[in-house]
Amino acid sequence: MNSSARSRLSADRIAGGIFVVLAVFAPLIFTEYWVATLLTQMLFLGVVAASLIFLSAYGGMVSLAQVSLYGVAGFALGNLTTNGNTKGLNLGWAEAPAIVVALLIAVLVAFVFGALASRSYGIYFLMITLVFSVIANLFFGQVTSVSGFGGISGIPIPDFLSRTAHPDRLYFVTLAVALLVYALLRYVARTPFGLTLQGIRDDPVRMSSLGYNVTLHRMLAFAFAGFIAAVGGILFVWWNAQIAPSTIGLNATIDVLVIAVIGGLYRLEGAWLGALVFVLINNYAQDVDLVSERFHTLIGIVFLVIVLVSPNGLIGLWERITAGPRRELPMDITQERGSAEPTPAG
Amino acid sequence: MTGFAAYGSLRHVGRAVLLALVVFPVIWVLFIASGTSFGPAIDDPKDFLITLLNGLTAAALYFVVASGFTLIFGLMRVVNMAHGAFFLLGGYVALRTQRNMVGGDAGLGLSSAQVSLAQWVVPALAGVAVVAGVGLIMQQLFLRWNQGQDLRQALITIAIAIILADQMLAHYGGVAQDISWPGTFDKFVNLHVEGIQYTMTRLVILGFGLVIGALLWFWLQKTRSGMVIRAGVDDRDMVSAMGINIQLTFAIAFVIGSALAGFGGVIGGSFASLAPGVDANWLLNSLVVVIIGGMGSLGGAAIGSLLLGLTTNFAAAYLPANYTYYSIIFTFVLLAIVLAIRPLGLFGRPA
Repeated sequence: MNSSARSRLSADRIAGGIFVVLAVFAPLIFTEYWVATLLTQMLFLGVVAASLIFLSAYGGMVSLAQVSLYGVAGFALGNLTTNGNTKGLNLGWAEAPAIVVALLIAVLVAFVFGALASRSYGIYFLMITLVFSVIANLFFGQVTSVSGFGGISGIPIPDFLSRTAHPDRLYFVTLAVALLVYALLRYVARTPFGLTLQGIRDDPVRMSSLGYNVTLHRMLAFAFAGFIAAVGGILFVWWNAQIAPSTIGLNATIDVLVIAVIGGLYRLEGAWLGALVFVLINNYAQDVDLVSERFHTLIGIVFLVIVLVSPNGLIGLWERITAGPRRELPMDITQERGSAEPTPAG
Repeated sequence: MTGFAAYGSLRHVGRAVLLALVVFPVIWVLFIASGTSFGPAIDDPKDFLITLLNGLTAAALYFVVASGFTLIFGLMRVVNMAHGAFFLLGGYVALRTQRNMVGGDAGLGLSSAQVSLAQWVVPALAGVAVVAGVGLIMQQLFLRWNQGQDLRQALITIAIAIILADQMLAHYGGVAQDISWPGTFDKFVNLHVEGIQYTMTRLVILGFGLVIGALLWFWLQKTRSGMVIRAGVDDRDMVSAMGINIQLTFAIAFVIGSALAGFGGVIGGSFASLAPGVDANWLLNSLVVVIIGGMGSLGGAAIGSLLLGLTTNFAAAYLPANYTYYSIIFTFVLLAIVLAIRPLGLFGRPA
């Protein structure tokens, strides 16, 4: 390891440490609105974006289906825990089994999506997952027995997280989950499975001829990332107490993509960095007359500028500032494999 | 490999499931169809034929829009995520032009009796021209210097789609509006089959689909510029090395592809309505059609449109009455079947 790489590593650690300390002491520093609304939102949006970045950074798969999986978990939890007075099945389950089943359903859906998409690469993968996302949105919009256009409201939150009694607790739980997700994703990337996945990202044909089942690995990675997205969906439902098809519409799908791209598509830290920027822009745009109505125009322009100027997002800028060795642009990776079908049969 | 035999038998099971998924709906529609509003096709051929015609006309519109998408992708490997926004923009421009041409108070929309043929054709041309221009600007300004970076180009078009959609919401409002067909089209035609009276507008759409398909085929197969495009699809560098101005070819393909989205928007806005969210639906339709048919293949776009049009219409008509809301699942099943058999689509081939 050369000295510039080492200096970047320590700069990363210092920045990451400051970030975590600030996050832990946030309730002492910031107002309740900031903590309970903005920072909590930042953390769970970061979890969803992290599931996208995990797939893109370690698997070379840019998935637009993450928001739909987050929605599947959210809708499942909503259907299971509500008890009358809203749309959906109103099954009135206890919280704990409902969470487990909601996560299971989301992972199952992710597995099916992954099975269908994992033989496609690059831009095809992006398109297929986008289609899944839109279909999931239309499904919840049209099928009135599980949601319908207006969605599910009044979804209960576990008592110990009640916002009125304990305004900070949901924030701390979300923070803990976000840190766990980060650690888990870093860990998985270092397991033999994660290393194989990175090998597949770089050269699926070679990995296949070495005897690895390329499609199976990509499928499992997709299901695992679906699980992470689903965890984000549970947190979202607790935070918002309702979920509607518009929550997982094309705009939401693009919002999470924007977060991941603003942060940087190839490092997990980018997820929360991008989410922070997104939430801040969202918050401050509300106060500016001209912009508040046209929030998505602003987001679109920010997104466009980032893609044009720094395709590696803010993390890419950060790495340039901390003078690490130049990394290859992830944008170029998909190009080579873009439309090929490198997996031999069997 | 130890699990090879098990894997082989699994394949047979998979194929059997796929076959069942294809065969059962056909049998259902023809002979069973219990609890549906129409009943099986053998008892009620009239409604079956109407559903078939509805499917074909929907397919024609899908084809008009998706052929533009596939043309752009085939040549330039650009996935134009703004295609749905282009569709909506074409529709809105035509709508405004038509309202201005007809004049008077159009608060509740125009009726077809007020609209002459020219008052539909001129707005249509305006919509097509504006979208073709926007497409050209987008390609020259943002995509041209990113050639070959297909993810980056897709992200750029997504950003433009976000901006366009939000600006259209600002300028045209969130209320659903529709372009009025001219009185000439807006009537029923007796088909002299089972006594079916069928709307002429749908037949006009079918005609548009067929004519555009034929023109595209003629252009790509029989003319010099079409030949250059086909050569460019196969080997861009070689075409350029032979002294052909590939950038001009790219620009032409992008203009035509965008224009088709715009024209689709005019037809779609006349046939159904224009509202925020319609862009997402049409991006979905175009994506599904080209994923089924195979990216970049015109024939694939035709087959994909046909499959999608028939699937959506038959699912909506032949599901038991309480379950018609589930018809969206059939779009997914159609996609799943095709992807399971051919990950690159029916007519897709590796680049």
